[in-house]
Amino acid sequence: MIAHAIFFYIFSIIAIISAIMVTASKNTVHSVFFLILDFISISCLFIMIGAEFLGMIMLIVYVGAVAVLFLFVVMMLNVAQQKNQWFLSKSSSNHIPFGLIISAVIFIELIIVVGGWKYKPELLTTVNPYIDEISNTHSLGQILYTDYIHIFQISGMILLIAMIGAIVLTFRKREGVKTQSYLKQISRERSEGVKLLEVPSNKGVKIDD
Amino acid sequence: MTEVGLGHYLTLGAVIFSIGVIGIFLNRKNIIVILMSIELILLSVNINLVSFSIYLGDLSGQVFTLFILTVAAAEAAIGLAIIVVYYRNSGTIRVEEIDKLKG
Repeated sequence: MIAHAIFFYIFSIIAIISAIMVTASKNTVHSVFFLILDFISISCLFIMIGAEFLGMIMLIVYVGAVAVLFLFVVMMLNVAQQKNQWFLSKSSSNHIPFGLIISAVIFIELIIVVGGWKYKPELLTTVNPYIDEISNTHSLGQILYTDYIHIFQISGMILLIAMIGAIVLTFRKREGVKTQSYLKQISRERSEGVKLLEVPSNKGVKIDD
Repeated sequence: MTEVGLGHYLTLGAVIFSIGVIGIFLNRKNIIVILMSIELILLSVNINLVSFSIYLGDLSGQVFTLFILTVAAAEAAIGLAIIVVYYRNSGTIRVEEIDKLKG
């Protein structure tokens, strides 16, 4: 139990500090790196608490796909010269009190909700669902492909639509680029490709004019 | 203090959620950091769902965490595509200069 507490505090402190650094760091690339650190520490927490499959999926999806996507876009968009103007520019300084107040209110509300659990301990039946031998992944698969199969397929459709949307948004036709058009190649006729000429003797013909 | 319970995980989720909200409100740099703050908020929701799922002994929370993960990945892809198109058209992604809608 002591080891559990020690690891919980280590990982959560790393997660909170890196979350602060995501919003406050000067360089956008550093923010992406701190986001990766945050995801890794939270997935360590998930693995520690007993949700191994979700911890691994968080590593694969967030660190492997989403954060690398962020890195690509940050490096593509040339934001290097837009260094930090967090508290420097004048027009931003009047947003700071509002943001701090709203965030503090939300945080206090959430803490009150969490503290409410202290006074209703009967809601917290801490049963361990993994007493039986089947692993977390096994039990997740057992309910994911039976009870939640429709939502699972709908989430696949969401991913497909997101892929199509991202391709359609960023696709553009460039002018002056020589590309192969298979449709044009296949639909060529003999009449537009070959021209037969009557060649007069001693004169020749001029082609390509 | 040494007994880590549900309240600890919920507090961690609340702290990360608040940091994400602060990041959205206080950000004056570029939109990418705002998208990252949205990812932080979704992450805190995932922490809440997983900790409730573990401590209440119900696996539905972890299943819905998977779906939130899916939606977060789709949202990041679409949002970054929109940012790339906007940058191509207007040449900036600074939050102060994006005022075409006169908000």
